[in-house]
Amino acid sequence: MLVLLGILVVVVGFALRLNPMLVVTVAGLVTGFLGGMTPLQVLNAFGTGFAGSRSVSIFLLVLPVIGLVEHFGLQQQARRLVSKLARLSTGGILAGYLFVRQVLAAIGLMSIGGHAQTVRPLVAPMAEAAAVRKYGPLPDRVVQRIRAFAASTDNVGAFFGEDIFVAVGAVLLITSFVDTTYGFTLVPLQVALWAIPTAIVALLIHGTRSLLVDRALRREMAGLVPEAVAR
Amino acid sequence: MISVEWFYWLMGLFWLGVGVLVARDRSNPKRLTSGLFWALLGLCFPYSSFVIAKTAPAWPLGLVIVVIAALAGTGRLAKSGTATAATEAGDVEGADLDRDADRPDRPLRAGGGTGGSSVALAPTQEREALAEKFGNKLFIPVLAIPVITALCAIAGPYVIIGGRPLLQKGSETVIGLAAAGIIAIVISMIVFRLRSPALALTEGRRLTEDLGWALVLPQLLSVLGLVFATAGVGTAIGSTVSAILPKGSLLPAVILYCVGMAVFTVIMGNAFAAFPVLTAAIGYPVLVAAMGGNPAAIFAIGMLSGYCGTLCTPMAANFNIVPVALLELKSNYAVIRAQLPTAVPLLVANIVIMYVVAF
Repeated sequence: MLVLLGILVVVVGFALRLNPMLVVTVAGLVTGFLGGMTPLQVLNAFGTGFAGSRSVSIFLLVLPVIGLVEHFGLQQQARRLVSKLARLSTGGILAGYLFVRQVLAAIGLMSIGGHAQTVRPLVAPMAEAAAVRKYGPLPDRVVQRIRAFAASTDNVGAFFGEDIFVAVGAVLLITSFVDTTYGFTLVPLQVALWAIPTAIVALLIHGTRSLLVDRALRREMAGLVPEAVAR
Repeated sequence: MISVEWFYWLMGLFWLGVGVLVARDRSNPKRLTSGLFWALLGLCFPYSSFVIAKTAPAWPLGLVIVVIAALAGTGRLAKSGTATAATEAGDVEGADLDRDADRPDRPLRAGGGTGGSSVALAPTQEREALAEKFGNKLFIPVLAIPVITALCAIAGPYVIIGGRPLLQKGSETVIGLAAAGIIAIVISMIVFRLRSPALALTEGRRLTEDLGWALVLPQLLSVLGLVFATAGVGTAIGSTVSAILPKGSLLPAVILYCVGMAVFTVIMGNAFAAFPVLTAAIGYPVLVAAMGGNPAAIFAIGMLSGYCGTLCTPMAANFNIVPVALLELKSNYAVIRAQLPTAVPLLVANIVIMYVVAF
């Protein structure tokens, strides 16, 4: 039962916001020693584990080309694409961005969106502007809600899109960990395919909620600008 | 036969190069220790080949990994081009917090650059002009990556040359991604009319340094999972779990795994860290070994249950707290509040999906 202290080290370390590299290494050493392994056995396990899990890091070979294309304006072009959503209603913009973000993440284009890259310069201002177009100046609490929701579409789209891509970190972490530890030979493609049902449900739930933002806006603004709601 | 080891050696070489460049880069406030970090990491990859082939002992590799973790964990890794010291763990990485001096109730200004330090990135105006020039052609090299990866993963096993498979058996996806990364550089050289791949290497170094130690973390968590299993963590929790769970009751075990993933992720802020713990405890011993479930489905959906936890936790600062600052929101929990009504039903959906498809 003592070995469970290793888990405690991970939980407490991450909760205290210590450097994760340090937390994970210390947790590994603590667990090994408490589990009755000699220092040599612990280091051997570290080495074997690293050698067996190199596939997790293979995505780094894609970094040069991503960097190269970024140099030639990939993010600027992505923004120009997203800005074509500008004619939609607030809810439409949010749902549209969610869909775009999820599809791009599913084909491995994670770095195209993000809070700094697209939400702040693009999605949030566009969603806000669509509401202003319709109702005029918005009360602060409404603005806050629209912005927060814009951030949420980026998170949901990215999280539940990326695992469909066969070579994303999460999929390779799963396969390398269970292959090294339990002697499986899992195919990354299969792991990725099983992410699809959840991805569809995520799109349905959060997409519906995005579209409902319009209705909430109308309710919210009905008391303030009745003539705009009547239009 | 194309072996996956070739690409690991290539990666090792790349990092060794980064290590040398960083060590000589005067714009890096901690150039020697940072260079050492990358160079040691580079050496780990070719050495691992001998460990896998059992022609070299594993412990020196383990020792170097502890050293690498110590370098990064004690803040001795810095980015080049930053005059200030390396960002502390938990700090915002790569997010650009240039808060406008405007009143917070003013609309956000559109525009604004991307963040992160840059060794070589062209200025924003220049990139706008380049984006104007190349338009959607920019997506060609990037889209080539998933296409080539999927081709190798799906068709790879059927390509036989001289009676042997062209791609190493069992590593088709990994080889596909690695090859895609290299082929896509050639494609971009054609699209952008570049004469040499030098710019790709410079930009690759920029992104590598931007990511920093976070690059190594997934592998380290994989290592931790193995240590957990070797030291008997799974058995220890497994015996506790089987004492609580009535024998052969499937649904409670599925719920325990999915909810456990979500809860541990909320506490740690990282689904990758929760995965080895919960899988060693419930996912493998109970759901796969005892109940005979489909491992690919169980582990994939387990990881996604962890992501539901990521949506609900301030610990996942990059996703839930950074945007609060970026979007000038008044409440630290505004983004999490927007996500909760999605996260909870999605977790329930994961439990249902796993129960239905994996058994």
